[in-house]
Amino acid sequence: MFYRESGDFKTSYVQDQQIFPIALDRVFVGIVIAFAFLVVPFLIDDYWEKSVLLPVLIWSLAAIGLNILTGYCGQVSLGTGGFMAVGAYASYKITTAFPELNMFIVVLLSGGVTSLVGIVFGLPSLRIKGFYLAVATLASQFFLVWLFNKVPWFYNYSASGQISAPERLVFGVAISGPNAPPWATYLFCLTFVVVFALIAKNLTRGRYGRSWMAIRDMDIAAEIIGVAPLKTKLSAFSVSSFYIGIAGALFFLVYLGAVEPTEAFGIDKSFLVLFMIIIGGLGSILGSFIGAAFMFLMPVLIKNVFVGGFGWSTDIVAHLIFMIVGGLIMFFLIVEPHGLAQLWRVTKEKLRLWPFPH
Amino acid sequence: MSPDILNTIEVILNGLMTGVMYSLVALGFVLIFKASGIFNYAQGVMALFAALTLVGFQTGQIPFAHLINDMFGTHYHNWGVGFNNFIAIVLTILVMILFAWLVERLVLKHLVNQEPIILFMATIGLAFFMEGLGDLMWGANIKTLDVGIPSGGSFWWEDVTRTWASAGSEYYGMYIDVLDVWAAAIAVLLVVILTLFSQYTKTGRALRAVADDHQAALTVGISLRTIWVIVWSIAGMVALVAGIMWGSKSGVQFSLSLIALKALPVLILGGFTSIPGAIVGGLIIGVGEKLFEFWIGPLVGGATENWFAYVLALFFLMFRPQGLFGERIIERV
Repeated sequence: MFYRESGDFKTSYVQDQQIFPIALDRVFVGIVIAFAFLVVPFLIDDYWEKSVLLPVLIWSLAAIGLNILTGYCGQVSLGTGGFMAVGAYASYKITTAFPELNMFIVVLLSGGVTSLVGIVFGLPSLRIKGFYLAVATLASQFFLVWLFNKVPWFYNYSASGQISAPERLVFGVAISGPNAPPWATYLFCLTFVVVFALIAKNLTRGRYGRSWMAIRDMDIAAEIIGVAPLKTKLSAFSVSSFYIGIAGALFFLVYLGAVEPTEAFGIDKSFLVLFMIIIGGLGSILGSFIGAAFMFLMPVLIKNVFVGGFGWSTDIVAHLIFMIVGGLIMFFLIVEPHGLAQLWRVTKEKLRLWPFPH
Repeated sequence: MSPDILNTIEVILNGLMTGVMYSLVALGFVLIFKASGIFNYAQGVMALFAALTLVGFQTGQIPFAHLINDMFGTHYHNWGVGFNNFIAIVLTILVMILFAWLVERLVLKHLVNQEPIILFMATIGLAFFMEGLGDLMWGANIKTLDVGIPSGGSFWWEDVTRTWASAGSEYYGMYIDVLDVWAAAIAVLLVVILTLFSQYTKTGRALRAVADDHQAALTVGISLRTIWVIVWSIAGMVALVAGIMWGSKSGVQFSLSLIALKALPVLILGGFTSIPGAIVGGLIIGVGEKLFEFWIGPLVGGATENWFAYVLALFFLMFRPQGLFGERIIERV
């Protein structure tokens, strides 16, 4: 019924290399993107913006970033929170130093800064592997957050030690600061997410993505067939940090508005993003979206049901959420180590064969 | 001696004591890693959970009291009677053994032959689960734990060190917590017991066999699953000791589970597979971070203890990726 391939004949290389080779897929994704850009901005209100759409979009971007590093290149990182902090502080410094600069450029530049920091902290990965690397990335997490706490230059010597996003306009509409309308912030984030998700998808299908995966699957073998580990690992670190930096910048500028590094970019954020990609699916761009949505929305849902529905107290529900999250992670690792994205792949395969599975 | 030197000595001594605490947690990691190749992130939370359970038994709390009260609108909190220290500790050990058995049954069994990194992430999930469970069972408030270990500064040591200072200088003696000294003694005792156990008992030999080679151990008839339960139980007991020590020092609270993170650089320094490595690594990290904070800390704004251990481990790894006492990493295609 659905996902029939009969009729989809590939007669050129262009067709062979499409991201979505099945016509139905293409149409569906097109409709989703069109809906997100053309319809949602008219329906969005403050609640949906702040509690659902913005965080899910931003976490998706961070998850894509970590997925490039961990899912595609196999380098486990626990420094996501630290790198997001770099993005946030870079965007703050840039936009306060050059108030006239276009916000798109500010965000991209902060991604660039994070990417450089990522390369520096990625250097040890050439010698250190596996768990050892995971612990080494903790150094970046704790050091960076400490740095932003202790060096006043980063927060422009403000008395509270916090940074807060100044009001900035894009095409005459505020996208940061307290007066930004929900649709504007949403569209601003959506643009980044859609564009960079497409770029990530293409990167992972191309030369770089393939060398990342070669390193992930067996680094020595990859080295022998001519994949340069230095270039490959550092490129993975830099691209990944670029994405995480952008996510951090958006997180600060558009979503939170005011940030205190220990709280906003602590180690728990690193774990959160790691869980997103585990549950969503390691090595899958779609998985990053599903994982981010799932990990962010599930606690909100549980909270609403138990606190709102049953009237339990919030701290008990908070503990319950911990248990459920932990349990789910173990469950997923046991039942489906490739995450929700794999479930989708299996479903797709079934649909293609239906109703003649053999 | 001038007060400066004495102060430095005091910092080093306190660093050693903190290091012992780190080692206690790292010890649990090493045990499990050696026997099953699993990097057990949940070790810190196990310490928290064990300490919470111990306090719960001591004070006679009703498990899940808050949850039950919330569900049924009742107001139960306490049985009214608690157990004495010895029985409470025995009961807690039983709980930890039960926990080990459950973990093997429900989680590890299904994850055999998965990649190490998947197992690592599973233990992160386990850590989250236990954190929630511990708080839900016993409540999230900070609890004091007292099992009769003396604590507080040692006056005797203060008096002795005061006489060391050169005449006429302003020096009031060194501060050392008696609890820390006890912790060090208990840690040494623990290592001795563990060594004896693994050298001279049948189970201990089986443990070492499994650590050496899983398949060879299986072929001579050692049940891997039993060994795993045993190892996790032992790690649970080590966690209990660590939990008691940390708990008596700074109260039983959530931050206890964060020492697991501190134990990671300790492991890296010492090597994942070496018990002496865990001890030495802990001492190096403990002394290193205290000295760094003492000398460099004031220049850069303090609180360097947050990251120093990790950065030290990072630099160390650059030169010796397998840690101080770790087995050589041999890579094959």
